[in-house]
Amino acid sequence: MSAWPQSIARVIRRSEKPTATAEETAAPAEPAAEATTAPVVQIPPNDPIVAYFQSAPGAVDLDGLDLDSPALDELRAAGVRLAVPLVSQGELVGLLNLGPRLSDQDYSTDDRKLLNSLAAQAAPALQVAQLVRRQEAEARSRERIEQELRVATLIQQNFLPKKLPDLPGWQISAYYRPAREVGGDFYDFVELPDGHIGLVIGDVTDKGVPAAMVMAATRSVLRASAARVVSPGEVLERVNELMCPDMPAKMFVTCLYGVLEPSTGRFRFANAGHNLPYIRTADGTAELRATGMPLGLLPGLKYEETEAILEPGQVMLLHSDGVAEAHSADSEMFGFPRLLGVVGARGGEVIDRVLTELDRFTPQGWEQEDDITLVSLTRADGGSHVAPTGFLDVAFTIPSEQGNERGASERVAEAVASLGLEPARLEKLKTAVSEATMNAIEHGNQSNPELPVEIGIRLAGNELLVRITDQGGEREIAEAETPDLEAKLEGLQKPRGWGLFLIKNMVDDLRIATDGIHHTVELVMRIEGGDDGGN
Amino acid sequence: MAATEFAAQVRHEDGVAVLDLSGDVSSGAEQKLLEAYAQAGGASVVLLDFSDVDYINSTGIALIVGLLAQARAAGQEVQARGLAEHYREIFRITRLSDFMTILDDEGDNG
Repeated sequence: MSAWPQSIARVIRRSEKPTATAEETAAPAEPAAEATTAPVVQIPPNDPIVAYFQSAPGAVDLDGLDLDSPALDELRAAGVRLAVPLVSQGELVGLLNLGPRLSDQDYSTDDRKLLNSLAAQAAPALQVAQLVRRQEAEARSRERIEQELRVATLIQQNFLPKKLPDLPGWQISAYYRPAREVGGDFYDFVELPDGHIGLVIGDVTDKGVPAAMVMAATRSVLRASAARVVSPGEVLERVNELMCPDMPAKMFVTCLYGVLEPSTGRFRFANAGHNLPYIRTADGTAELRATGMPLGLLPGLKYEETEAILEPGQVMLLHSDGVAEAHSADSEMFGFPRLLGVVGARGGEVIDRVLTELDRFTPQGWEQEDDITLVSLTRADGGSHVAPTGFLDVAFTIPSEQGNERGASERVAEAVASLGLEPARLEKLKTAVSEATMNAIEHGNQSNPELPVEIGIRLAGNELLVRITDQGGEREIAEAETPDLEAKLEGLQKPRGWGLFLIKNMVDDLRIATDGIHHTVELVMRIEGGDDGGN
Repeated sequence: MAATEFAAQVRHEDGVAVLDLSGDVSSGAEQKLLEAYAQAGGASVVLLDFSDVDYINSTGIALIVGLLAQARAAGQEVQARGLAEHYREIFRITRLSDFMTILDDEGDNG
């Protein structure tokens, strides 16, 4: 109700005319002029006169009123003699204020009747007009917000890289999707001397135009600093120093800056409070850790530097909060462990996998809560970095239909043909793949043909790894126990339950992992030495 | 290698019921294997011939365990022959070969 006193004031201002027209008798010009320039009177909504007017049956003589009301005094001082409340639907929407009649006579009963019926018609009209006005104001404010969003989006998009760096031996992908109310995510690639590439990912707290402006400023300062200083820690230190004085209150920037040496895979980075990068290695997944405070909070901060080598075949993912903080229909968070699990899974590009998983996780028609930014770096597996035993990295998926395990096992056999596994061990691998795939189809994916079983084959040193992944990560994994054959033969136990036991005895090692979404069974066959582990 | 349908023929030789199995011994084989075993009747020896079997999976192992349990309850001996080396190995690992005689090849049992 804060707009209330203003609307009353407005009506008072306009009451000049009714005062004049209500005047019937010809009168000297001077007092009339005085009456029409009545000053604006503000009536606070808690003034007792408001309640009085609201319940008054019609025009009110102010002279005869006995109320402890500052507004009444003001009205009197302004020369108002008669006030006609404009009440519509129980709400006092204005006042028709009249000064003394030019004849100085009292207002007659007929005058009052006329004024009362005028008020009865004017009040609803005025209320409608006020409503329209308020809606127009709201529409203008909405339009202004939309316009702001467009500007923020424009700034954001203008400062994101137009193209990705083209590095031989590397696959670089980036994805940016703004939330409706644009956040302050950004990423950047900076070409540095000696063919090195600077990678930036960041997130400005706050949204809309202010965030977009800070993002644009951070990007420019960072680019300038990266051109002058080599060490990522020092770059962030300089950026922080330059940003601190001008940073708007309650805003700061999380940002990760790293330098990649494409020829060696060396990645040196520093981190100003941003999400940690995830990498997928031959042994699983890891997060790279470096600590530091966000930019723009405090001057004089130092940033720790961390170095990692991205080996051929390894993948690194940089990510913003929009993914891990997305919510499911049950208000569950996507979370970092799940994201790390998706990074560790196989099949397709890592960003595609993350988006597919996110799509599956969030409800239909989900309105994205925050900007989503993903940058991935994959070092190609091949060339001179290949392990001496040969190179192998194959991935495929099959639909979860009974019987498909046979085809899967044949495809694995073809893929590993060049490794020269001795025939007996190849047969064992085929049985293990077939059994593990059958488990994935029937137990993990509940024979739902729309759920894929992912099969990845790779060589890590002298270990051949076959990974079979299903979507049944929430289901418990049984232990590969040795079945009690005697009990089964005596009819004390069901005859089934041989799958995992068989798998375990077919391969050199069996590793089982789950990330809550997926189940992965990793079959390990050692290539060198040719020792037949079955006996 | 595509899946091949399971079939079982029964013949009786000198008190031995020979079940000639062919195709995949997997979940699809259950009905036919049970029927064939029923046809073996009260023969004192049941011989499973795997010569035309290229594929046995864990469900197939369970079927054989089930058959073996029934035969033991009925006081019958179960033998197997024609098993590829890989499946002999699996019969060893699962200890099925502790409860049934594995014959080297068809010639051994005339």
